[in-house]
Amino acid sequence: MPIQYYIYLALSLFSIGVVGVLTRRNAIIIFMCIELMLNATNLLLVAFSKMHHAIALASNAATQVGIEGQLFVFFIMVVAAAEVSVGLAIIVMMYRNTHSVDINFLNRLKN
Amino acid sequence: MAITHIIFWFLTALALVSALMVLLSKNPVYSVLWLVAVFFAISGHYILLNAQFLAIVNMIVYAGAIMVLFLFVIMLMNLDKETEPQKDIWMKIAGAVSGGCLLMMFIALVKQATEMTGKTALLKTGSIGLIENLGKALFSDYVVPFEISSVLFLSAMVGAVVIGKK
Repeated sequence: MPIQYYIYLALSLFSIGVVGVLTRRNAIIIFMCIELMLNATNLLLVAFSKMHHAIALASNAATQVGIEGQLFVFFIMVVAAAEVSVGLAIIVMMYRNTHSVDINFLNRLKN
Repeated sequence: MAITHIIFWFLTALALVSALMVLLSKNPVYSVLWLVAVFFAISGHYILLNAQFLAIVNMIVYAGAIMVLFLFVIMLMNLDKETEPQKDIWMKIAGAVSGGCLLMMFIALVKQATEMTGKTALLKTGSIGLIENLGKALFSDYVVPFEISSVLFLSAMVGAVVIGKK
């Protein structure tokens, strides 16, 4: 499969995530759109890893080139899981203080 | 048209439609369920690229653990369509236009990049995504970052408990 198709798919998913962050006011939905962007980059990393593997495979049948990309995706998933636990705790705390998940309530930080 | 191409286009359409439905759903619970569909489509792409370990981890960690956590929080807060805050229509149009501009810029960049013409991502074959090879690399070359990530998890757990207890 040409690498361009994967790039276009990942970029579309990333842009949908950006539009979600810009257009929604619910903090949880914004958080979910950030997860969507993380997953788009993960897909792109795996596709590029397989692309480099295909190039290296032509000269050496036992090559391991490209495995770094997939390990990087693994570490991104680790960081994303840690980020979600802290982020959801912050959103729950915000809901307890304001009884809403509307991010426009948070503009009191401005003053 | 080979079967892998049919699966690729099906999974691509599923991912894009579900991602759009995440934005368009008024009810946050439906958004979570559509996001689970996106994650399953991306896991399908990983299987198609023979990244089996990542496909399983994506299903278990994202579609399983993280989305259930989101669902719990949404149900805890009792959010539904009536309490969902909405931006006014001009802000929505401005957000969609700026996101579309970003996508156009990305596509223009990819179209004029000559390094990627004629390159293909290997489907179905290639052994780097198997758990044997990934595990060997993870516990030999990447063992220090792996251990540091456990410290990161510990600090995230402590942070979540401290924030949640207040």
